[in-house]
Amino acid sequence: MGFFALYMLASFLMIGLGGYFFIKKEYPNTDPLFFVNGIIIFLLVADLIFRYLMQKLPVLNIKPFLGLPIRKEKLVHFVLGKSAFSFFNFMPLFFYIPFSIVLIGQGYNTIGVIGWLFLMITLVLSANYLNFLINKNNYALGIMVAVLALLFLVNKYEIFNITEFFAPVFQSVYSNPILALLGVLLLTGLYYLNFKLLRSKVYLDDVIKSKEEVASTTDLSFIDSLGDVAPFIKNDIRQIWRNKRTKTVFFMSFLFLFYGAIFFGQEMYREKMPAFLVFAAIFITGGFTLNYGQFIPAWDSEYYKMLMSQNIRYRKFLESKWYLMVVVSAGLYLLSIPYLYFYGLDIFLMITAGAIFNIGFNSLFLLFAGAFNKKRIDLNKSGFSNYQGTSATQFLIIIPIMGVPMFLFWIFNKFVGFNSGVLAIAITGAIALVFKNYFMNRIEKRYIKNKYAAIHAFSQKS
Amino acid sequence: MISIQNISKTYGTAQVLNLESIEIPSGQSFGLVGNNGAGKTTLFNLLLDLIRPTTGEIVNNEVVVNKSEDWKTFTGSFIDESFLIGYLTPEEYFDFVGDLRGMNKADIQDFLTEFEEFFNGEILGKKKYLRSLSKGNQKKVGIVAAMMGNPQVVILDEPFANLDPTTQIRLKKLIKKLTENNEVTVLISSHDLSHVTEVCERIVVLDKGNLVKDIHTSQETLQELESYFSI
Repeated sequence: MGFFALYMLASFLMIGLGGYFFIKKEYPNTDPLFFVNGIIIFLLVADLIFRYLMQKLPVLNIKPFLGLPIRKEKLVHFVLGKSAFSFFNFMPLFFYIPFSIVLIGQGYNTIGVIGWLFLMITLVLSANYLNFLINKNNYALGIMVAVLALLFLVNKYEIFNITEFFAPVFQSVYSNPILALLGVLLLTGLYYLNFKLLRSKVYLDDVIKSKEEVASTTDLSFIDSLGDVAPFIKNDIRQIWRNKRTKTVFFMSFLFLFYGAIFFGQEMYREKMPAFLVFAAIFITGGFTLNYGQFIPAWDSEYYKMLMSQNIRYRKFLESKWYLMVVVSAGLYLLSIPYLYFYGLDIFLMITAGAIFNIGFNSLFLLFAGAFNKKRIDLNKSGFSNYQGTSATQFLIIIPIMGVPMFLFWIFNKFVGFNSGVLAIAITGAIALVFKNYFMNRIEKRYIKNKYAAIHAFSQKS
Repeated sequence: MISIQNISKTYGTAQVLNLESIEIPSGQSFGLVGNNGAGKTTLFNLLLDLIRPTTGEIVNNEVVVNKSEDWKTFTGSFIDESFLIGYLTPEEYFDFVGDLRGMNKADIQDFLTEFEEFFNGEILGKKKYLRSLSKGNQKKVGIVAAMMGNPQVVILDEPFANLDPTTQIRLKKLIKKLTENNEVTVLISSHDLSHVTEVCERIVVLDKGNLVKDIHTSQETLQELESYFSI
């Protein structure tokens, strides 16, 4: 997850720094600030949707404080104040602040730009508090998505020009910075609403009530036909589905499916650095394998002792994870077929080779690397921007996982040709798959050897 | 029969357990008492091969526990809540453990009906994950799961803690029933002297890792233990 967060920050920073010049180049007749002001409304709604999906509510375990002489108002202010420092509020700043600095550097009125930036910051914070008011209300999500779609369609078919309507609104803050105080008004209003709502909830009743969680059971008996591995696969599926962090990993793997679109469309990579296309191709089908696989067996750290005292064969426990990674990778591969239509056969062959490599090599390699995982993971902590379980292992494993296929492709592509480069990746993956049993035996031995260390490490609560 | 020989466990320079020799015959109900830090859980962890002994070995029915894993087929255990899988419902958990212990669906059903009274209607069919059960109810699940698949040895760490009085009484009945034919060896640790004297034929007192008393339970045992601990 840490990787994703850093990636987002870096992207925002790039857009913030380069955005001005990009707009200037693409639309020489428009003022870049005016252009940005036109699309800000889209950004705000998109930000809200993103927050809705990803941001967790500010929680404070209020129970220990209720008996202490602390005024409840103070507790509420603390919870709300803390949320202002959320990652989600900093992320947009990585765009707004560099963009403003560039504007000033380009000779824009400093006071005007600062006023505009100030308004943007208050809007970001307002989005933060608005999100808590509407949080976890599915209607709200529906309305937000509908609004965004409507704004987009209305604008696209020129029924009503949204950008032209909003651009002067936000632009007026630049020419008249005092208007930025309207943002403060909005922010204060939303903060006050949150405060009133939370203040009425600072009782133990709500703490206890929120814990009630109705178990939703699904019949997984069709898995029984897989034999000895079935009980483990059933557990793993339930684990992924019923815990926040694993669920995030699962859904994120579908986001990685779109990762290729960033690279494949750019001529620069195709012509000069085709090895980087391999990087993207691996990610498309490997989102799940990489994100889930890198924390095996720490996902089971909460009850690792129990597993180790049960009559299980390590092999079956590991094989279940392997099946999961293989099945999800294969599923993602099927979903990646549209790439064939959009980017042509060469790219699709690359994705195919990447999928074979993920299934054959990466899944086994991650199982092997897992034997060195020594950090506990608490399943029910939130998934996003949660680094628990991360250690140097996670950084080291990236080298063979990405480096091997990129290197193979680079060498063969340079000296033989594109097809042989793709083939080299696929064959490496296929060889690993053929010798799966041999590798599995080695991996199993390694886990057994590290058993005591793993039990000890996983029982350390941080 | 379980044989503990010259077992010791040292962390750095601190020795937390040092036992010369304890023989536990098959079918015995064996109680372990001692203040915090006496080494009770350490001994159980060694019995389950969850930690490595510094010296010595434990033989569980002819299997040296840190050399072979064969003891796992006949040993059931519940040490603490880390033996539960929080995101499963009790039914799913029993299915999982039953599966590992070679029981089929029908076996598991029959097995669970025996424990209806013990569960007191608070466990099965409640549509709750184990993680949202109360501490006491979690414990009930763990204890019952430790008895699945006809184990010859059952190891329970602090089984009476967190249980309500009714369940404590039912658990005592359960343990007595388990050992009445002298087939199942039960090892329990407890801070509650009266419970442990009631269900165990033999009580071993540990202090700072050493064996200080090895008593065959009689009428006077409770008094003896109370006077030992009331220093």
